[in-house]
Amino acid sequence: MLPLTEHTGTAVPLARSDVDTDQIIPSDYCRRLTKTGFAPGLFAQWRQDEDFVLNQSRYAGATVLVAERNFGTGSSREPAVWALRDWGFAVVVAEGFGDIFERNALKNGLLTVRLPTAAVTEVRSAVEADPALLVTVDLVGLEVRLGERRWSFDVDGHARWLLLNGLDEIDLTLSHEDAIAAYERGRPHWLAPGTAGVR
Amino acid sequence: MTPRTMAQKVWDAHVVTTAGDGADLIYIDLHLVHEASSSQAFDGLRTAGRRVRAPGLTLAVEDHNVPTHTLRITDPISVEQLETLRRNCAEHGIELFRHGDRAQGVVHVIAPELGVVHPGMTVVCGDSHTSTHGAFGALAFGIGTTDLEHVLATQTLALRRPRTMAVEFTGRAPAGVTAKDMMLALLAEVGANDAAGHVIEYRGDPVRELSMEARMTMCNLSVEAGARAGMIAPDDTTFAYLERAERAPTGTAWEDALAHWRAHTTDEGAVFDRTVRLDVSGLTPFVTWGTNPGQAVPLSEVVPEPDSFSSEPERDSARRALRYMDLRPGTPMRDIPIDMVFLGSCTNGRVEDLRAAADVLRGRKLAPGTEMLVVPGSMAVRAQAEAEGLHEVFTAAGASWRFSGCSMCLGMNADRVRGERRCASTSNRNYEGRQGPRARTHLVSPATAAATAVLGRLAAPADLEEPCSR
Ligand code: SF4
Repeated sequence: MLPLTEHTGTAVPLARSDVDTDQIIPSDYCRRLTKTGFAPGLFAQWRQDEDFVLNQSRYAGATVLVAERNFGTGSSREPAVWALRDWGFAVVVAEGFGDIFERNALKNGLLTVRLPTAAVTEVRSAVEADPALLVTVDLVGLEVRLGERRWSFDVDGHARWLLLNGLDEIDLTLSHEDAIAAYERGRPHWLAPGTAGVR
Repeated sequence: MTPRTMAQKVWDAHVVTTAGDGADLIYIDLHLVHEASSSQAFDGLRTAGRRVRAPGLTLAVEDHNVPTHTLRITDPISVEQLETLRRNCAEHGIELFRHGDRAQGVVHVIAPELGVVHPGMTVVCGDSHTSTHGAFGALAFGIGTTDLEHVLATQTLALRRPRTMAVEFTGRAPAGVTAKDMMLALLAEVGANDAAGHVIEYRGDPVRELSMEARMTMCNLSVEAGARAGMIAPDDTTFAYLERAERAPTGTAWEDALAHWRAHTTDEGAVFDRTVRLDVSGLTPFVTWGTNPGQAVPLSEVVPEPDSFSSEPERDSARRALRYMDLRPGTPMRDIPIDMVFLGSCTNGRVEDLRAAADVLRGRKLAPGTEMLVVPGSMAVRAQAEAEGLHEVFTAAGASWRFSGCSMCLGMNADRVRGERRCASTSNRNYEGRQGPRARTHLVSPATAAATAVLGRLAAPADLEEPCSR
């Protein structure tokens, strides 16, 4: 993956809490064997309503999604992240995220930015009033910028380091081959490969 | 040594090395794989020229996409997904339980059944309800496809140490109150994401009294509180269950393992980051009214008024939910008519669940116009149920007796709630569209599901005995 340090784009407000991954992409649309092509499934049910934010032309081209609390709760389906990415999103700002969703997002370079309620509300109101506003997320300085406004945010340190350096995580882990092999030799004998009951 | 929680002990025992920036590289003892989330991971492996590091610690099963009314798969997408999994497993030497096999079933039902989940293990699977396996005192959690590839290639994951949360159940659960009811009550209390970032340990006498099946139901629903995992300390109930399981260790391996497992509890004086207490003494059967599992009330209550919630997001969420569910505040839950009943899933598809429902249905018929699907959590559950004659109870009542799979839990295969029908479901998620594009789901326990099927409206078994006095 290419190193990721900063993103700037327009934003679309999604004033809903507890948006679960079944809403982000219904399971019918998850039945693909590839990591791409999920955009048609993004919020498929909600998009049937022509007033839904993603159907509004004034938000066309937005790359930052501003949600509420607990975005991406629910299942482990990575297509939720792939669908957002395929649609063109690079950042999701929210008060909080589902654990597995957040982990999946960061692994795919979709930045999850956690801000306090007041800040999220301010960003959302601002882009509701002016869809042309640019939101910048700075992964180096851990800062969100909107006009003159600045908020700092926190993100998983390990994920950030991988993103900033564009590292392949598996390669990195395999560089610990000796430690993994040593660990394997020390596992309790009733758990040793082939005898754990799994044949 | 500082007293540690059970979760911390599993963690400490699995640290391979530090991975930098606050993460530990954790060894994974058991990796469960199914067709719906794994194909891209195997592709990634192939592209990079990597192998599966520990095929012997990996177990695959076909469950999410399979039909349950037949053992012949005709849906082209299902066929493609299953054939891909079969190819991947063959290429990498991974044991696969195929649709129709004696030991096939929902991934979280078959692994414990086989006896491959042990106290103190780390278990992952590309499915959020992997938390189920915490019932054995394992640290078990769901992962996405990118992590799945990482586990296939390295048998490890780089993770930050989770926070811990104790859920202390106190009192004594009245008869008819199940682990499902206890969890819906807990979710109603704490909300749908309150436990984010935490590993829950369920504690207290009401937990000790639960069977392994009920403990699995409990841990299964941990993820609905937003938790990474849920755990229950192993005890004689756990060991007795494991001893009967086909692939549990035997002989001296069993003795050694047992000695190890007995010490696998939270130390006296260990500190949890959070503690929540819930007295189960006054509980009655619970049912959801909304579109997340935390939107639940006792069956004896009414659909809540959105304005009665304390925060605006909750009020907003309740208003949306009622609109989607087509419910009016103040309506008694017992007056809500039900079109479909689904008994199954990794939450409540074990033989004990089927027995509880059959006890209610014995000698009774489904209400006219009500459909019921009974989907055993595994083919082994199906065989056991048939040996006990439960299938006859279900079919005599008018329910459809099926083969095993995820079925109507997720609306990915042929079984789904059609149109805007209302379904009482023993599964785990009542999200918008979860069981079908416009489906309306009410989560219930197996006994409540069965009573509901008989009356054609949300009901508990007690309602069947006093037809005039509800
Ligand atoms: S039964 Fe439902 S929750 Fe369980 S593994 Fe299948 S889809 Fe997931």
